[in-house]
Amino acid sequence: MIEVKDLRKRFGSQQVLDGISFRIDPGDSVVIIGRSGCGKSVLLKHLIALMKPDSGRVIIDDEDITNLDERQLLQVRQKFGMLFQSAALFDSLNVAENISFVLRREGKLSQKEIDERVEDVLEMVELPGTQRKKPSELSGGMRKRVGLARAIIYKPEIVLYDEPTTGLDPVVSDSIDQLIIRVRERLKITTVVVTHDTRSMRRVGQRILMMVNGKIYAAGPPAEIFASPDPVIHRFVNGISDPKELTF
Amino acid sequence: MPVKIVARRVNEQLVTLGEIALLFWETSRSFFRKRLSFGDLIYQLYMIGLKSQSVVLITGAFTGMVLAAQTYLQFHKVRMDTATMAVVSVSMLSQLGPVLTGLMVAGRVGASIAAELGTMKVTEQIDALRTLATHPVDYLVLPRFIASIIALPVLTAEAIAIGIGAGYLVTTVLMKVDAAYTMENLLKYTVPNHLYQGLSKGLFFGAMISLIASYKGMHCGEGAEGVGRATTEAVVWASISILISNFFLTLLLGRVFAP
Repeated sequence: MIEVKDLRKRFGSQQVLDGISFRIDPGDSVVIIGRSGCGKSVLLKHLIALMKPDSGRVIIDDEDITNLDERQLLQVRQKFGMLFQSAALFDSLNVAENISFVLRREGKLSQKEIDERVEDVLEMVELPGTQRKKPSELSGGMRKRVGLARAIIYKPEIVLYDEPTTGLDPVVSDSIDQLIIRVRERLKITTVVVTHDTRSMRRVGQRILMMVNGKIYAAGPPAEIFASPDPVIHRFVNGISDPKELTF
Repeated sequence: MPVKIVARRVNEQLVTLGEIALLFWETSRSFFRKRLSFGDLIYQLYMIGLKSQSVVLITGAFTGMVLAAQTYLQFHKVRMDTATMAVVSVSMLSQLGPVLTGLMVAGRVGASIAAELGTMKVTEQIDALRTLATHPVDYLVLPRFIASIIALPVLTAEAIAIGIGAGYLVTTVLMKVDAAYTMENLLKYTVPNHLYQGLSKGLFFGAMISLIASYKGMHCGEGAEGVGRATTEAVVWASISILISNFFLTLLLGRVFAP
């Protein structure tokens, strides 16, 4: 379970997170939406303690992780997998080495067992036979799939996705969405997705949190959010700009 | 106003020094928690030690040669030709060997470490490491630190050996100074303490280069500009630190290894 209480974060003069509170139960699939620069990715990084808040708390399975040091956080992070916007694959390692990074560091499995796990997870993300390729040889969509394979190989309880479909064409975006759903259903994991892709949020989310100016502006199931008469929500989900903001 | 700016700059530098000290502390903790991967260490020894061979050997050889030639030209005026290699040997062992090796490695390895770690930071690879329950110090800093403190004394010893050898050839072959008396004086004035001093400095410089470069890489700013600045700062900081610390190390090690 993820619980966020009154989270605040400021960068210089900009208040990026301004009293965010919510709770995500095990198995939930939550999509955090909002316009670019509204603090979605910053919020996601707080959930896995890649950033420290100015105030407020993040509680994972009843453990307050806000003030844990980097070594204590290593234990907590074993519950998480994360797919970065850029996939963040290690350039110097090939696909198999990237995916099996954690397993090789732990040293609990034999090389044969690791190879089998890599093969299984590559099949799950529909990239069989790519073990020897370097990240530089992969397309954007393939990199995201490898990033996802790396995030789920050790069977985490929670997977965080930071803009999983940004920069991908609609067909590849759809396949990534299907993959997120398949992984969630097969591994029975909690899913948190940050996106501003409206098609993606409708497909993947069971609940949507919409952020505006560092606050949770609206929360609810996709159908409710998409049908909302609120002008801010309506403009966002339908991709309509605010005439007041247009300056030429 | 200028006083405020200077005070702020001094404060920033002191904070950086403190953070590098904390990085050393975290690296030591990582070592004693047995987080070192043998494979990573071998790879870093190859990158830092083996790949620095040519630059260090060329630097050592030509420094020894030019020092021998210049010393001979001065000593010849006062008929002290056979003392040439005594000066070359002591200088190479205790000062020029470790300092020039340190500076060359700071340029080659320091820049490489800062650029690699800086690129990893701006492409979120260091954050990815953390999400994979891996401490960046365990995976990135510790192997480079240990490889540096192993490689630098070895590289220093190589630079010293080739510098003295090349200087000896210049003195005896090119300047035609008597080889037996040259060797006699070289051995008479060179003591093991000079070698201990040189190797100790190499070890210290290795630690400094790896820590400064790792710190600059892991704390670099955004984008290509940030990586570029981190790389430059790593080389400048490491080089200046070598030159400044060399003075204090000379005083300290001179007492520690006093006959």
